[in-house]
Amino acid sequence: MASVDYKNFEKVLLKHVDHPDSRKLDFYLSHEGYSGARKALTELQPAEIIDLVKASNLRGRGGAGFPCGLKWSFVPESTPKPKYLVVNADESEPGTFKDRILLERDPHQIIEGILIAAYAIQAHSVYCYIRGEFAKGYTVMEEAIAEAYSKGLLGDNVLGTDFRCDLTMHRGAGAYICGEETGLLSSLEGKRGLPKIKPPFPAVEGLFGCPTVVNNVETLANLPHILTRGVEWFQSIGPEKGPGPKLLCVSGHVERPGTYEVPLGINLNDLIFDLAGGVWKGRTLKCVIPGGSSAKVLTAAECHVPMDFDSLMAKGTMLGSGGVIVMDDTTDMVDALYNLLRFYHHESCGQCTPCREGTGWLEKIVGRIRAGHGRMEDLDLCLEICEMMCGKTICVLADAAAFPCESIIKKFRREFEERIQSGSGHSRRIFPSPGGPLVQIGAISAHNQEEREARKQSAKH
Amino acid sequence: MTSPKPREFSPESQKRIEWLFTRYAVKEAALLPVLRLAEEEFGVIDNAAVACVAKVMGLSPSNVYGVLTFYTHYRRDGDGKYVVQVCSTLSCALRGCRDIVHHLEQRLGLKPGETTADGKFTLKKVECLASCDTAPVVQINADYHESLTTEKLDAILDGLR
Repeated sequence: MASVDYKNFEKVLLKHVDHPDSRKLDFYLSHEGYSGARKALTELQPAEIIDLVKASNLRGRGGAGFPCGLKWSFVPESTPKPKYLVVNADESEPGTFKDRILLERDPHQIIEGILIAAYAIQAHSVYCYIRGEFAKGYTVMEEAIAEAYSKGLLGDNVLGTDFRCDLTMHRGAGAYICGEETGLLSSLEGKRGLPKIKPPFPAVEGLFGCPTVVNNVETLANLPHILTRGVEWFQSIGPEKGPGPKLLCVSGHVERPGTYEVPLGINLNDLIFDLAGGVWKGRTLKCVIPGGSSAKVLTAAECHVPMDFDSLMAKGTMLGSGGVIVMDDTTDMVDALYNLLRFYHHESCGQCTPCREGTGWLEKIVGRIRAGHGRMEDLDLCLEICEMMCGKTICVLADAAAFPCESIIKKFRREFEERIQSGSGHSRRIFPSPGGPLVQIGAISAHNQEEREARKQSAKH
Repeated sequence: MTSPKPREFSPESQKRIEWLFTRYAVKEAALLPVLRLAEEEFGVIDNAAVACVAKVMGLSPSNVYGVLTFYTHYRRDGDGKYVVQVCSTLSCALRGCRDIVHHLEQRLGLKPGETTADGKFTLKKVECLASCDTAPVVQINADYHESLTTEKLDAILDGLR
């Protein structure tokens, strides 16, 4: 496959983030800021913008990779109901931290993207739902919004046109499920963040029952550049069916964890071994999560793959949120899986039995294996539970939990079997302290301690 | 048992709430922002705060309580002055968050979920804080503390009055 020139790639989304004034409106304006929105609002019709974004093949950067322009086109053009644009700034997919950089360091880029999207779907009220933990991002955005209002970039007559656009920041309060678009809308309505069944899709019946588009922060940040530099430019970056600059987050066992802006299509090996400095401490690669914790894992041998939507789908996984988590050869895969299953069980909203119970059983069973009480039948039992969880719930959290569980057990089955056979209560290599000695055998978690007490008690009788 | 002292929003907060009501077509949507306001003004969302919020929102206290308890990030009764939230999801676990938790357990004499007797610190294990490249990470109240070592963490805690 043709290699992608990522080394000479000029930053688009992260161009200004290292400048001390990157949050200021003056700085943004002096760097062609809001010229994309100006072009959209003063030269183009909403339908033309939708066609433009459709033609660009911009795909959602939140995790689903759904074509942005196509989603916009589902909003009924004429309806008596008000239309809403909602910005999904609830970044909570483990391994993902790209939206936070955009929110904290280039808020006006996001606001400009919001204007373009709002105008395209004719939404006059926009809410930016930001996760509660992003206190800093919230403050930065509030300041930028105040600046925008003061300069007529938001409000009744945006950029001197008769387009009204009001933007309100809305803080979440700790709930992964509020990153799911219908869970987000429930939370935005002032309720528990419970997802709703689709159809009806938010574009038809969303916030307050009105046509609503929910877009990810990074997706919106692309819009000013598509407007100013054109569809052809955007399509020249990466594969035609899903092009553009992409923020990829690398974390875990690498020398240089961080957010990297690259052309879509960069080889995963190049990302890990060149840009991120390779596996740390001279160790060997064992496993990689390519797109946030809900993406199926890749073994080290499977990492020669272009990082783009369709290539990763063809490989049986997904680009997802672009959160790349790297694990070296000292990683205990049973422990790693348990960590993720605990996460999903905790974050399940509880509405659907396959998810509420399924995530709980997976956590328990893998927890048992981790504590030394696994049975050989447990592995197929987990796989069966995963199958019963997929495609049977209101939202895809159940699938998101099943994907890593199924792929880790399948691809590292031998390790799980050896663990069960040895009956060891804990790995000798529980996430070794970086740079320090291995965690002492005696320092086991409370969970393990409970199990050991229970075993002692039952052994007595 | 004495009744909790009834809580009331200050005039500034009331103004802010009035403004919030103008931002949403349906008043109920202002609930999460109003809960944040209560957290800011009262320092905690206890039963009295819930009653106050319910009154202002025109909702039942049980409705407000049901919404409040769905979320993990509001300050609740029993939380210490500093809520030390240690990210414990995969990327941080791969880079030593367990050591951070153990260190805090020893230094504060707490298990996760507990608060010191003097009410100064609460220790919590939380899920991904979206700062995986600077793992291990701790959020203390609203502030992120990144690329932590036990030494750095000690220095941070020493500085908290």
